[in-house]
Amino acid sequence: MLWNIPFIAMVAITLIGLAIVLFKRNLIKIFLGINIFEAAVNLFLITLGYREGGIAPIYTNAPSQEMVMATPQALTLTSIVIGVATSALLLSFAIIIWKKYGTIETDKIRRLKE
Amino acid sequence: MIPGFITQNSPALLIMVPLIAAFLCPFIGKISAAARNIWAVGAMALTSAIAFLLAFDVYSAGTRVYVFGASAINLAVPLDSGGIPIRIIFTVDAMSALMQIIAATVGFAVILYSVSSERSHSGIESYYTLYLLMIAGVMGMVSTGDLFNFFVFLEILSISSAALIAYRIDKGTAVEAALKYFVLSTIGAMVILIAIGIYYGEYNALNIAVIASRMQFTLLDQIALVLVMAALAMKCGSVPMHFWTPDAYSMAPASITAMLVVASQASLYGLFRVLFTLYNVTMNAATVGWIIITLGVLSMVIGVTMAIPQKDVKRLMAYHAVSQTGYMLLGVGVGLAVLGNQSLMDAFGYMAMEGGIFHIVNHAMYKGLLFLTAGAIFLRIGTRNLNKMGGLGHNMKYTMIFFIIGALAIAGIPPFNGFASKLMIYESVFAFNPILSIIAMVVSILTLASFVKVFHSIFMGPKLPEYENVKEAPAPMLIGMAILACIVIAFGLFPQQVVDTLIVPAAHALVNQGAYISAVLGGA
Repeated sequence: MLWNIPFIAMVAITLIGLAIVLFKRNLIKIFLGINIFEAAVNLFLITLGYREGGIAPIYTNAPSQEMVMATPQALTLTSIVIGVATSALLLSFAIIIWKKYGTIETDKIRRLKE
Repeated sequence: MIPGFITQNSPALLIMVPLIAAFLCPFIGKISAAARNIWAVGAMALTSAIAFLLAFDVYSAGTRVYVFGASAINLAVPLDSGGIPIRIIFTVDAMSALMQIIAATVGFAVILYSVSSERSHSGIESYYTLYLLMIAGVMGMVSTGDLFNFFVFLEILSISSAALIAYRIDKGTAVEAALKYFVLSTIGAMVILIAIGIYYGEYNALNIAVIASRMQFTLLDQIALVLVMAALAMKCGSVPMHFWTPDAYSMAPASITAMLVVASQASLYGLFRVLFTLYNVTMNAATVGWIIITLGVLSMVIGVTMAIPQKDVKRLMAYHAVSQTGYMLLGVGVGLAVLGNQSLMDAFGYMAMEGGIFHIVNHAMYKGLLFLTAGAIFLRIGTRNLNKMGGLGHNMKYTMIFFIIGALAIAGIPPFNGFASKLMIYESVFAFNPILSIIAMVVSILTLASFVKVFHSIFMGPKLPEYENVKEAPAPMLIGMAILACIVIAFGLFPQQVVDTLIVPAAHALVNQGAYISAVLGGA
């Protein structure tokens, strides 16, 4: 069961992230929950990419032509970059909400319904 | 006439042109406002031209496979790769081409409209930049043949549309709507990424064709299917995950709302692509088909009943958009439920799918038109509240005509395009299950009732004193609306020709999983 620990951790972190998004009222905390969720997904991708006894695809260092294909690592990098863009946009929304409403508590941001 | 390298590389150019144009837009904007407008409209016109060129190519010569960075553009599987496509691959089949046509047409009409509707606002450079990014996102989503690229383009689309929804801050309410949309779509995208990870872990591939050819439908695949379906059904705004739609659609600028309709349909395309191309008959198609049908019926009924009491004209139209999405899910869901049973497929399955897919095209046109008319009214009188409007038919005659065309089309009145696709859905769904068909007709009647009310309260009655001097919408906005209105009428007058040339190949491309796989992997 030891090799399953990363997957169990990924599920646990996902649930923590989702719980924060669902139950916290503060916008910044919700964004942090989303970031934790993203971290869980990245961890999942990286875990998938691990090959036991594999050789890193560094051409000058590899002893033979057999190397691990680095697709999941590339995916993770892309996903991290997208995560940064997402966080930046979310935080800029939070700044405007703070300026216009004077609060970032979600239960007080309710002008849309009126 | 057209240089060979353009036809050859059209799938790449389709993404490249809007991306480059988007990031150059702020610099062009430094020169002058006119140069920026010409630049944005020109870039969009070029993108549309490439999309039509590619679509024509695909419809006449079959599925196009484009491999980035390969020695030959259609060399999907290099000889030394051991039978796995390792490069980024675009697979454009008839269904993708159809979605590109929709995005190109609506995108062009909307950018013409934006030239005057956004004229009095600041920060137009960013508006056009984000708009062109949105186009690139939609085009990428519908043409990619790779699940991870699908995720990347989905994120490009969500980030740019969220920023555009918040574009008019409007005392913060627009930001509130954008926040809701963006938090949901980020979580949705992450859920899709988990599903992509599951596919990669199981089949060591990201290419849709490779995963489809290896699909086992194990427990993990079922989990992945549920994740993808939930996320994409949320993105296309179907009940019970529709609550972001009315907020986002009503608070975005009208031009962006028309594009958001196309963006939702790109998600709908993704959903159909996953269901039909990735899983097809390996899954229990009847069960999944019934889930899609249930989502569709719920969306139709709840959407229209929520729409009737609304007082904000765009909010009302947004609920109708939810309801119309239900028709597409119903049509294609019926096709999915009888997938694999050739006699039932021939009897009504294909027709239901064609109806659903035809409704996607029609919906993009008439819903875009309706949102644009709502934007024109908002531009002239500054309110979206139906109770404060009245008598605008005296001054805004053309807008009124376009509104009538759109409203009759959405209610399914002949000779407009909504009638053609709804009739196909009614007929085929009746053969599948009469009750569903009756529900669809009742929803259509309620839609008509709702739009009669809206039409009456906006345009009819004597001139109100405060709107005595309201002017007609400016010419570029009218041209943008006219493009969509002409298509609504043309598709309504000649539905058979449109179905035969555009819709039937698209429906067959979706159903025929083997053709998609062999187009990429060759021979198999």
